Amino acid sequence: MIGATQGEIAGATNNISWDQRKRKLLPYAYLSPTLLLLAVLTVVPIVTVFLYSFFDNVIVNPNQPKFVGLENYVDALSHRKFRAALGNTLYFAVASVVAHFVIGLAFALLLNSRLLGANVKALFRVVYILPWVFTASIIAILWRLLLNPHGVVNYVLLELGLVPELLEWLSDRDLAIHAVTFINIWSGYPFYLVSFLAGLQGIPDDLYEAGRVDGANTWQLFRFITLPQLKPIIISLALLDFIWTIHQFTLVWMTTGGGSNSEVLSTYTYKAAFSSYEFSEAATLAMVILAICTFFGIFYVRSQRMADE
Amino acid sequence: MIGTRRQILVRKTLLWFALLIGACFAGLPVLWMVSSSFKSNLEIFAYPPALIDHSFSFDAYLAVLSDPGQLRFFFNSYLVAIMVTICTVITSIMAGYALSRYDFRFKKALSLVIIGVQSVPPITLMIPYFGLIVWLKIYNTYTALVLTYMVFTLSYAIIMMTGYFNTLPRDLDEAVMIDGGGSFVTLWRILVPISLPGIVAVGVYTFMLAWNEFLFALTLTRTNDMRTVPIGIHLLMGQHSFEWNQMLALSVLGSLPVLILFLLFQRYFIAGMSAGSIKG
Repeated sequence: MIGATQGEIAGATNNISWDQRKRKLLPYAYLSPTLLLLAVLTVVPIVTVFLYSFFDNVIVNPNQPKFVGLENYVDALSHRKFRAALGNTLYFAVASVVAHFVIGLAFALLLNSRLLGANVKALFRVVYILPWVFTASIIAILWRLLLNPHGVVNYVLLELGLVPELLEWLSDRDLAIHAVTFINIWSGYPFYLVSFLAGLQGIPDDLYEAGRVDGANTWQLFRFITLPQLKPIIISLALLDFIWTIHQFTLVWMTTGGGSNSEVLSTYTYKAAFSSYEFSEAATLAMVILAICTFFGIFYVRSQRMADE
Repeated sequence: MIGTRRQILVRKTLLWFALLIGACFAGLPVLWMVSSSFKSNLEIFAYPPALIDHSFSFDAYLAVLSDPGQLRFFFNSYLVAIMVTICTVITSIMAGYALSRYDFRFKKALSLVIIGVQSVPPITLMIPYFGLIVWLKIYNTYTALVLTYMVFTLSYAIIMMTGYFNTLPRDLDEAVMIDGGGSFVTLWRILVPISLPGIVAVGVYTFMLAWNEFLFALTLTRTNDMRTVPIGIHLLMGQHSFEWNQMLALSVLGSLPVLILFLLFQRYFIAGMSAGSIKG
């Protein structure tokens, strides 16, 4: 009888330790598909590209790969074309993020107005979000149609007397990068709009009531209640958007192809790899883009964690 | 702030003025694309331009829809996007559950990695990717596209799912656990059904991303029977004679699925976004 009890107890402890172990391993089991995928399709390529960047003669090359240390970096970074691409990328990204923020917030505030009925809001919300449903290649087609020298934009500007002649928006060396930036602004602000709409709905009405009781005007309500309440969203969004804009490839590729002085880092890298087959140089450039994005990515991850806590 | 009737009228007028300017900025380019897709190719750049002209017809749409090659692009896009959506939803539910309900040793590090994946530039992966995909023997297959797109959809999907699960009270699943239900049962029978709005948001977001992807679809496929709508549009652009109206018709048709999804689920989508990653 006593023996049996001991056996039961031993069985129970066994069960507990088995349960505990299972409980410890379970989260890893749930995460395993994600981790496997990320390991094979993200970590492996990044490590490979990292290694490539220190070698010459990689991939399509009859010669043996040769370790060259930091030579690729020195070559790539000192190139005049690289500096131009870097400058364009920064201009493209900063202008896009600022404009996305301003337009997204303005539209969200308009749609949040108390003076509008629910149906009117719903209708305008759909119109304002429209650019978001189009993929980059369709946005490229759309704006190549509009900005064509014989297109409707030139027609309207000419009729209004705003331009002296028909402009080659996407192939003029002085205009192309601005035109591409404008297209990116048009296509990207709805992401902010949607997030701000969600954020504005989360601000308690009491705050505004209290502000009004204290005699704040509309601007002060916006400055001291709306903006601070949206701040965590704004920071995460701006960082993520900045990183995504630095990545942006398709839109630039399909509008100007990086020509006419509108080369950005991603098109420059793509050309190095798949037009000139200079894979060592391309790998180095890819690492540079990764470094820039990781730098801002760290701030993004931190802003996300703060929001989680 | 109670203004006089006059003040309210002024405010309303200004508001409507701003709303309409915004609507023109967002909507007119789209309207022009749609109207041009009904024109004949000769009239696209006619002077002076007209929204609708005498050449109005559905010819471009008929040309696209009667071309088996173009229809194949649609089939591929649907197949890939639906597969990516199903796989991403299931995987992100499991991962989100682990991150929301369990404490484990590498939790912090792993969630950092998952959030951080969003900042990895596709172009960085691109260079060794081709070799990797060939080595895995999945070059020019749907599998390669589905797995690749999941790299880009999973991160955001997991953040959204974790955020959604975090808003649900823990008592709920703990009660089921005590009643003898395993964690698997708890997840699929209890949490998943009440998380439907979050799951729909993840699904719509994933579908949109997969439907729209371009760079990898271009690089990882070789034959036209494996290619998707964005690549189809790109191929039309590359041809020597620009068939503008067909390109535009294909663009309009290619945007419809995402537009419809968005219109159907926009409420879930906005709610899901606020519950998920980006929250105040």
